[in-house]
Amino acid sequence: MSEDQREVLDEAAVRKVARLARLAVEEEDLPRYAEQLSSILDHIRRISDLDVEGVEPLAHPLPQHTRLDDDVPVEGMPVEALLGNAPAVEGDFIAVPKVLGEGS
Amino acid sequence: METCIEIARAVREGSRTARSVVEETLERIERLDAGLGAFREVHAEEARAAADAIDERVARGEDPGRLAGVPIAIKDNIAAVEGTTTCGSRMLENYRSPFDATVVERLRSEGAIPIGRTNCDEFAMGSSTETCAFGTVRNPWDPTRVPGGSSGGSAAAVGAGMVPAALGSDTGGSIRQPASFCGCVGLKPTYGRVSRYGLVAFGSSLDQIGPFTRTVSDATLLLEVMGGRDRRDSTSADREVGEVVPPTGSGLAGLRVGMPAQYLQEGANEPAVQSCVETLRERLREAGATIVDIDLPLTETGISTYYVIAPAEASSNLARFDGIRYGHRAADDGAGLEALYARTRAEGFGPEVQRRIMLGTYVLSSGYYDAYYKRALQVRRLIKEEFDRAFEVCDVLMGPTSPFTAFELGGRPDPMSMYLCDVYTVNANIAGICGVSIPAGLDEPDAEGRRRPVGIHLQGRAFDEAGLLGAAAAIEELVGFESLPGS
Repeated sequence: MSEDQREVLDEAAVRKVARLARLAVEEEDLPRYAEQLSSILDHIRRISDLDVEGVEPLAHPLPQHTRLDDDVPVEGMPVEALLGNAPAVEGDFIAVPKVLGEGS
Repeated sequence: METCIEIARAVREGSRTARSVVEETLERIERLDAGLGAFREVHAEEARAAADAIDERVARGEDPGRLAGVPIAIKDNIAAVEGTTTCGSRMLENYRSPFDATVVERLRSEGAIPIGRTNCDEFAMGSSTETCAFGTVRNPWDPTRVPGGSSGGSAAAVGAGMVPAALGSDTGGSIRQPASFCGCVGLKPTYGRVSRYGLVAFGSSLDQIGPFTRTVSDATLLLEVMGGRDRRDSTSADREVGEVVPPTGSGLAGLRVGMPAQYLQEGANEPAVQSCVETLRERLREAGATIVDIDLPLTETGISTYYVIAPAEASSNLARFDGIRYGHRAADDGAGLEALYARTRAEGFGPEVQRRIMLGTYVLSSGYYDAYYKRALQVRRLIKEEFDRAFEVCDVLMGPTSPFTAFELGGRPDPMSMYLCDVYTVNANIAGICGVSIPAGLDEPDAEGRRRPVGIHLQGRAFDEAGLLGAAAAIEELVGFESLPGS
């Protein structure tokens, strides 16, 4: 592969991908991530050198199709234990910041 | 140090109590772990109570199971009801699992006793356990070195002789590489062999749970107990494990051992690792095994393929950590829900996890999907086909587990140099086959006279754990590696 084809992530690209991943990356950390991710992508690009024409993608190693189980009722998990892991609780509910009005 | 099989036999016979096994184990952890940091939590009271319940069953004439009284350490990314399950992350620092993973449930039902939680790389992302948010784990053979990773705490606990067995998870080598660094046996079963229910997901098409033990027969027993279909994991295979019991003793005569040229290339491995494998090859030949030359040209391509597939799957799996239902939540500054997600995740995840999430998000994003993700899945099929062809002419593949023995703490600060640690192990995950690392020797003494273990990596056909572990048991007998650090 020629040098000009090399994939390089600049700071703007890292900012965009961090936004897509819902990560509030600090501005001061962008150059370091840009450099590291570019170096990793540069290595990954080796798969571009292989001839994969006509090769069916393999998403999963197991040659098994989704199966259906018998519908047997089982006990659910204890609500108190589940709520005990929530960062904020009001009564039997998980409390979250106000959502209404977002995206308007 | 007794094996799982010896402990269970003695407890079932009533010649010793489970309680005494637990007390001795707690004493060993207390004594040995102070300088190593393998355990994040030790669950002494719960373990004592479980031991007493087993002893009562024995007294009543009942059989508590095939692992009666066997203490087992559990990697911090496998759910169990004792204490917390943190995945080595601030994100889950206070998370208490309301349920047991299927493997933990099955181990308990055969009388095993969870003794504590072992440290690991954050969300199992790493090869040295240095990305763990809760402190450093040191190699029991050389405390200036890493234990390997990501299941470094489990490997150190077994390698140091604190416990007879531990659980790990292996997405790209996270059981086999630390087993190699710490001088114990580490098995990654075939994808689908062992239920992943209760394993915090990293790369769902790559992850498998497996055991660390001191002997191949102990690993076999744990696989038999843990494996088999589970209705709570739809990717668990419709195959019963049954008795895996490998042939022992004369197992080497006629065994076809494939040696891929790419595993022993000039300059690819540290000299001690290279000579260990080459010496073993000659000894196997003398013992009646057939050495078959194999060509696996895609060996090195595995890392590139893996670092598309694994981060892609991780970026999707780790989207669940949003600070709403469980885990860390950032303080509400009134900037809205999306800002809360982003700050929660930036505060809760360490840099390596954030790096992999961003990498995965990038390769899946519009415009890059075909060039990276789709292409990686095509290469994945080529890698699987390469193994299929190899297994037509040999029974197992053999090579080093890692190109080098345990490296120094802080010795691989650059992410790419850390990723290359797994060059020999990732392809087994990519293809879904089984693999095991067994200790085969020690490297040269350093200035302080310390030596570090060398691990041999064996890979077998999908669902042929019997063949893999049979070969491993025969090689284990031939090698006769019995030393513990400092002995």
